[in-house]
Amino acid sequence: MAGIVTNPRSGKSQPAKPHLTESKAVRFVLIGISLLFIGLIVILPMVSVIAESFRKGWEAYLSALTDPDAMSALKLTLITALIAVPLNTIFGVAAAWAITKFKFRGKNLLVTLIDLPFAVSPVVSGLIYVLLFGAQGFLGPWLDKHDIDIIFATPGIVLATMFVTFPFVARELIPLMEAQGVQDEEAAVSLGARGWRVFFKVTLPNIKWGLLYGMILCNARAMGEFGAVSVVSGHIRGETNTLPLHIEIVYNEYQFSAAFAVASLLMLLAIITLVAKSILESRMHQEQ
Amino acid sequence: MTLIRKKDRVLPGLSITLGFSVLYLSLIVLIPLAALVIKSAELSPAEWWDTVSDPRVVASYRLSLLTAFFAALVNLVFGLLLAWVLVRYKFPGKKIVDGLIDLPFALPTAVAGIALTTIYAPKGWVGSLLEPLGIKVAYTPIGITLALIFIGIPFVVRTVQPILQDMESDMEEAAVLLGAYRARTFFKIILPDLIPPLLTGFALAFARGIGEYGSVVFISGNMPMKTEIAPLLIITKLEQYEYAQAAAVAVVLLLISFVLLLMINILQRWSNRRLRTVKGG
Amino acid sequence: MRMTTFKTLRLVLIATLIISVLSACGSNNGNNQPASESGASTPAGESSPASEAPKDIELLNVSYDPTRELYEEFNKSFAEYWKGKTGGTVTIKQSHGGSGKQARAVIDGLEADVVTLALGYDIDEIAANDLIKPDWQQSFEQNSTPYTSTIVFLVRKGNPKGIKDWGDLIKEDIEVITPNPKTSGGARWNYLAAWGYATKTLGYDEAQTLDFLKQLFKNVPVLDTGARGSTTTFVEKGIGDVLLAWENEAYLALKEFGDDYEIVTPSISILAEPSVAVVDKNVDKKGSRAAAEEYLKYLYTEQGQEIAAKNFYRPRLQSVADKYKDQYGQLNLLTIDQDFGGWAEAQAKHFADGGTFDQIYTPGS
Repeated sequence: MAGIVTNPRSGKSQPAKPHLTESKAVRFVLIGISLLFIGLIVILPMVSVIAESFRKGWEAYLSALTDPDAMSALKLTLITALIAVPLNTIFGVAAAWAITKFKFRGKNLLVTLIDLPFAVSPVVSGLIYVLLFGAQGFLGPWLDKHDIDIIFATPGIVLATMFVTFPFVARELIPLMEAQGVQDEEAAVSLGARGWRVFFKVTLPNIKWGLLYGMILCNARAMGEFGAVSVVSGHIRGETNTLPLHIEIVYNEYQFSAAFAVASLLMLLAIITLVAKSILESRMHQEQ
Repeated sequence: MTLIRKKDRVLPGLSITLGFSVLYLSLIVLIPLAALVIKSAELSPAEWWDTVSDPRVVASYRLSLLTAFFAALVNLVFGLLLAWVLVRYKFPGKKIVDGLIDLPFALPTAVAGIALTTIYAPKGWVGSLLEPLGIKVAYTPIGITLALIFIGIPFVVRTVQPILQDMESDMEEAAVLLGAYRARTFFKIILPDLIPPLLTGFALAFARGIGEYGSVVFISGNMPMKTEIAPLLIITKLEQYEYAQAAAVAVVLLLISFVLLLMINILQRWSNRRLRTVKGG
Repeated sequence: MRMTTFKTLRLVLIATLIISVLSACGSNNGNNQPASESGASTPAGESSPASEAPKDIELLNVSYDPTRELYEEFNKSFAEYWKGKTGGTVTIKQSHGGSGKQARAVIDGLEADVVTLALGYDIDEIAANDLIKPDWQQSFEQNSTPYTSTIVFLVRKGNPKGIKDWGDLIKEDIEVITPNPKTSGGARWNYLAAWGYATKTLGYDEAQTLDFLKQLFKNVPVLDTGARGSTTTFVEKGIGDVLLAWENEAYLALKEFGDDYEIVTPSISILAEPSVAVVDKNVDKKGSRAAAEEYLKYLYTEQGQEIAAKNFYRPRLQSVADKYKDQYGQLNLLTIDQDFGGWAEAQAKHFADGGTFDQIYTPGS
């Protein structure tokens, strides 16, 4: 979906030539409709989250965020992202390297399979791990015998998150590396560079911004995933709840404004992500 | 590794990167998905068919597909409009709007669901304005569609935007020189080039919408036959301890997703080839 | 086949890395569980329970939705009691959710020491998977139901629609809020109570009763997946004229949201019996049986019953029940065993696929 979600040149528009644009009235109407749409669909929910979270004032807001269960949910969310994002990054780089630098049969199938987690319902993404690692699952008895917890513990949450965020880095890098071709690397090899050196000295500098961008998106989704994680979490307070799950729990305890307060924290995270992304985009643009 | 043509192997690292990719893909994606298919195979073919052809299941598939389809359609129109406005026009706050497009992508779906329900429920900010008009949004298919519009909008905008940005203005210039009206130029010159990315964006938003759960359950109302989406039905089956049936419902959902993805990839190849021939000729 | 040994090695190395990271988390988590808070020695895997030296114990109580407040208070009280009795520290972790979902999580491997669920059927289902002994209902007094509740109506202040009894729920301009019986234990009690009213009070036969329920559910605009979701829909979103709720849930909503609502007690309802059990397989594995059993027994003590009553459950202990008797409305209570032939039968007849609830939503019928 990337190369798709990426848009290195946004922010810079073509100078409009008068004969190639619409009349002022048409432009005005089109911009108006767009803003109305964004307002109703995106901005209003955002505003409502902020408004609801402060309904009981600053102190209630802060205490919702410093609640021990909220802190442990934050910790679990960070740990999950810290494991899932690097692993998916390593995979993304490896897959993109194999797919863009070489020709082999079955490449299209591989690309489609990499995309697959993206189109799988989050509920299904959680369910598959339950079927595999749950006590009634295919590997359940073996895991039980060796005293390994996967489902309803951190590994299950990490796995489900990895599944959901699986395609992000790879899909970001594939179009980018495709466009860059293999000349640089081949030149380096012909000059005698080997293995990792080619990657670190030649490829990495070329893809670093795209790579970072992919990691940021991967991270945002990893921290915000709800459906899949909900299936494998077990909802043990202070132990296996991530931030999105904690929001649901607090909401169900009639602490609506506290729930929105925690939600606003995640929203802040999303906004930081978006700011980081636009900084990266302008960097990418400068280097091009 | 006999599949690989020798002459391409100037660069190092194919076996390790491909091997690792396939291994990791298998561990994280393929083996777990296979578990799903195997689980559903515990049912006999007749039971399998009974499960997925049950009127309630069929109704939930229809609802998921229809709402996702309409949401994707709305996103197609507004996504194109937004991409157009963001690429071609200048207006105050444009950068902010451009950034906001990605928000649904980064915002946890449960938060989106709760926020949308709060706004569009009959007592909510917008819902209370619509209720006197007899329009109900929350707890109807309209509400589900709304949530899916929210989820899907970045996909269409972000597929169309780069293409629109890169579009050469020569053809437009020529059209104007030949005396074509603006609308005619748009439909004859610009739109045809945008169809592949539009279709890709549409298919992505559609695929994402079919499986969406977190944002939808809050606003959907969950009435059997009416507002019960397929992913919720999977959860319902699980809670009745019917694992194999849940897996069967999920497999059908998975197949739909897979076919859609395959179509997206074919579309992308088709549009690439098309662009190449256009540029070559 | 040009993959050199060195490359293969690297590959294996990376693969092992991933797997070991994951399984390390796994076993870590397992081992840390009992000691995570205090850092003391782990009781896991050792044969003798807390009887000898005071040890730090951690229990996981997997419960259903409306018991959050009850167990928050109860856990504190039990921890003090345990400290006084053994000198050890007990930490109780809670997990809440729809009753069926919670039972399923335990079946799938959620390592609960005790389950306190909305209905016996869900515990039967765990027992059917050999995690709990089949005769679990005999383990504790009163069929292992330390407290009971019933189903009542929560209406908006002043009862503007004049709702008095089940019969009013099928009137045309009434919107009824109830969760989905397929996913919520509380909703099953709701459904059976309505069924009981139609058969006992109105004397309907089966077809007429089904018709009554069909009309009732025609008035339901939202079917949330759990009892808490329904309360939120009714209270926070302002949908509906009447909420069918656990009695305790209704009183809690009254306590939380004060003057905007009132409770209507119908003429007839069902005795809801939330059941408790020790998860034998898990406590034997963790060595926490003594604490787990003590925990559930404590529910039956005067203190335990008092806490239950304070959280609007109907206590079993006569002395506490007398003390709080003015708290509850008077009504006729049907029971699942006498009036519906037990949970296994009720489940098969009403809530299984193709049961009476499915028939309500089957088009054209």
